[in-house]
Amino acid sequence: MQWETVIGLEIHTQLATNSKIFSGASTAFGAEPNTQACAVDLGLPGVLPVLNQEAVKMAVKFGLAVNAEIGMRSIFARKNYFYPDLPKGYQISQFELPIVGKGSIDIRVDVAEPKRIAITRAHLEEDAGKSLHEDFHGMTGIDLNRAGTPLLEIVSEPDMRSAKEAVAYARKIHSLVQYLQICDGNMQEGSFRVDANVSVRLRGEDALGTRTEIKNVNSFRFLERAINFEVERQIDVLEAGGKVVQETRLYDADLDETRSMRTKEEANDYRYFPDPDLLPVELDDAFIAQIQTTLPELPDAKRQRFMADYALQETDADLLTASREMADYFESAVKTSGGQAKLVSNWLTTELTGRLNKEDKSLGESPVAAIQLGELVRRIADNTISGKIAKQVFDVMWQSGESPDEIIEAQGLKQITDEGAIEAMVDEVIAANPEQVEQFKAGKAKVMGFFVGQVMKASKGKANPQQINALLNAKLKE
Amino acid sequence: MYRKTLSELAAELQKGQISSLELTRLFLDRIEASNTTLNAFISVDREGAEQAAKVADARLTQGQTGPLLGLPLAHKDIFCTEGVKTSCGSRMLDNFISPYDASVVARFKTAGAVMLGKTNMDEFAMGSSNETSWYGAVKNPWDNTCVPGGSSGGSAAAVSARLTPVATGTDTGGSIRQPAALCGITGLKPTYGRVSRYGMIAFASSLDQAGPMAQTAEDCARLLNVMAGFDERDSTSIDNTPEDFTAALEQSLAGMTIGLPVEYFQEGIHANVAQSLDTAIDELGKLGVQFKEISLPNQHLAVPVYYVVAPAECSSNLSRYDGVRFGYRCENPIDLEDMYKRSRGEGFGNEVKRRIMIGTYVLSAGYYDAYYLKAQQIRHLISDDFKKAFDQVDLIMGPTTPEPAFKLGAKSKDPVSMYLNDIYTISANLAGLPGISVPCGFADGLPIGLQMIAPAFMESRLLNIAHKYQQVTDWHKRMPADYE
Repeated sequence: MQWETVIGLEIHTQLATNSKIFSGASTAFGAEPNTQACAVDLGLPGVLPVLNQEAVKMAVKFGLAVNAEIGMRSIFARKNYFYPDLPKGYQISQFELPIVGKGSIDIRVDVAEPKRIAITRAHLEEDAGKSLHEDFHGMTGIDLNRAGTPLLEIVSEPDMRSAKEAVAYARKIHSLVQYLQICDGNMQEGSFRVDANVSVRLRGEDALGTRTEIKNVNSFRFLERAINFEVERQIDVLEAGGKVVQETRLYDADLDETRSMRTKEEANDYRYFPDPDLLPVELDDAFIAQIQTTLPELPDAKRQRFMADYALQETDADLLTASREMADYFESAVKTSGGQAKLVSNWLTTELTGRLNKEDKSLGESPVAAIQLGELVRRIADNTISGKIAKQVFDVMWQSGESPDEIIEAQGLKQITDEGAIEAMVDEVIAANPEQVEQFKAGKAKVMGFFVGQVMKASKGKANPQQINALLNAKLKE
Repeated sequence: MYRKTLSELAAELQKGQISSLELTRLFLDRIEASNTTLNAFISVDREGAEQAAKVADARLTQGQTGPLLGLPLAHKDIFCTEGVKTSCGSRMLDNFISPYDASVVARFKTAGAVMLGKTNMDEFAMGSSNETSWYGAVKNPWDNTCVPGGSSGGSAAAVSARLTPVATGTDTGGSIRQPAALCGITGLKPTYGRVSRYGMIAFASSLDQAGPMAQTAEDCARLLNVMAGFDERDSTSIDNTPEDFTAALEQSLAGMTIGLPVEYFQEGIHANVAQSLDTAIDELGKLGVQFKEISLPNQHLAVPVYYVVAPAECSSNLSRYDGVRFGYRCENPIDLEDMYKRSRGEGFGNEVKRRIMIGTYVLSAGYYDAYYLKAQQIRHLISDDFKKAFDQVDLIMGPTTPEPAFKLGAKSKDPVSMYLNDIYTISANLAGLPGISVPCGFADGLPIGLQMIAPAFMESRLLNIAHKYQQVTDWHKRMPADYE
């Protein structure tokens, strides 16, 4: 039978505000438990929430970036349920009137035509604290530092048809929120959390199958694996004549499987109602227009511009615009290099990225700054060093953080372009290898490589390859 | 001295006739002498009060002035007070000592007022008789076998017996006005948003409002001057230009028109109450007030609407009392669910549980539209009734309660008859309007109150008319003989 996968994602992004969404406490990650929870975050008797304007601005920024309808009047509602790390016994969220309405975003999988994924809504809400089950000997510890951190929950339509598409969409949102500087995107610290609603149906059917919601996925790799596991599981259930149960399932990365957490019957009745402690959020056109002016160039536009301005291939443009950091790095390096876009692109996507991956570093942690890479490329372009020597210089740069010019100077790596000096070396090599000269003259053109290698060796790799070639050609054909 | 109003005591202090410490001790001693009988206070902070009085005396000696500098008062135990237990009348918070002051409390502290203690109240302000308090019922000083009203019954009884010159209260459906009426004092519920709710333990957030309770309207005006004002920590607080509520007290009432809603004078009203109202109408008529019959056609829906909206909000507001972070936690819970169930089961009293259950029900899936949403729609109709009425009249007047204080235990088995005691007060909360209760007579030795309701932010008008009325009557000057 032909099964079709249907996926919709709910993405919780922690907004990068300095203080919490309804209190003045800091949102910084990693502090000692309960040191960043004020009376409001603790839900003490009598406290009241006050909305953080920055969170509203960030939500609107996102809405504009995905061409969404902005909720000019949005309402905070209480989602009621009991949990020890939910201090008030309700989460302040948005229900009926969210701040961001219908929008969309385009994704690409395997450089095919872009596919449009509809965004249903995005709403503001507060994060809960954390329950710590380890180290408490049969008890549970509660850390409320995270309680009240602003979240923007971005809900997609069930428009994705494969785990790959889901990952592409999640990555796109991940990149976008970082471009917008509204979320640090750190999945390990939980700043960007993805829940997947997955169902399958027979190809050609209109009705959606029963879905399950997968939670606890903290990397894109796990997202893909979790969805694929879940799709297989559902197909197995259906093909065995069973029914998929609507439920929430947890992904276990160690076992690479999803497990039932709670079924629909066990789900809470959240008893949403408008929060009487908060007024409706009313926005005006001037506010929206002001936010519009703060929008940076967005990934799709940047990608187009990179292809047009730098004559880059689509795949390179994709790589270089995957994050704002990468794009900024690239443009800065190109500028320093004197406009060597292609060379910079190659160095960035292969040499630097390879090195970063190997040492598990992010671009922000790179010991080689954009300007330094640009200088290195400039030295290749102006023939100060060859590409081969450049790799040697790059190694030193990576280790010491010194500038390429310093390294070239200190280690005497400057390319030899003095015609006379190279000619002397060429003459020497020809004189020392009569046998090979004979072979060349007999028509064995491959020997050319040997001569070039010998001259290079004699110059310690510093002789200009083009000049070596030209001189060898001329002398051997004499 | 203890019979004097706040305004009179302020003059004594300024003249140096008495020190703040002497005054404070006078009232502390009166509390000590009578609280066993009245049960009006949950906590008395003698040490803190004497300390604050000494500080006030030092300031007075330096020639500093202030409308409340050195004057004693009591706070309803619903206001968080740093370092002094804030129980909200509940076992749930019997062990709760707030790490911060409510905005109202902080404002009084800044003004130099001296807090004597925290007054008894219905548990979480849910009740009309003060019988739901974990600390036991408050007695009505006029008759110890009667209720003082609720939920601010401790404050009302304390002012009535002159255990404190003035007190704060809160009013969600009549909790300032009804006990003020039943104890023979003056109580004002300001416009919703006038006084910050920050630090005032929430019962029903869209209805709760703090206000003053005192012997006179003039004292209420002085207190409101301190209590009212914008607070950035309360999103529903209104950013109005500050107002002096004493400024208009002496204005002439000539040309003022008061509306008498037919719905407030129908069956159910006690004969003596109706008679006292008639007398008050005559008195006010002599002051130049004109009266006009009006109608509030949706008035009969106020109680049912209130008993959907208030429980809905309270069911959510009281979710935070879960035994996890503060307050009561049951002994030896076997697991999380057991801890929740027993902490809440043992920590809350029956009336609170009843309202949490009603509220949970009306918000639950499948019932929300029929109850909560419908109630909110009717709430708009009730508001509109008032708007239309205020097109024709300056104020609305009627009884505060259908009858004087009832016997302890008389209604505690019948929630609906208890709820109906707030039939005239609830609609002002639903519409967010200011209302005042003023003593206007007696029935068999028990006080009767008249209520006036004004358009939003017209507290000055209420205080003006109440003050003028009190200048020509002496109901507010009478005090229960047992506490003389």
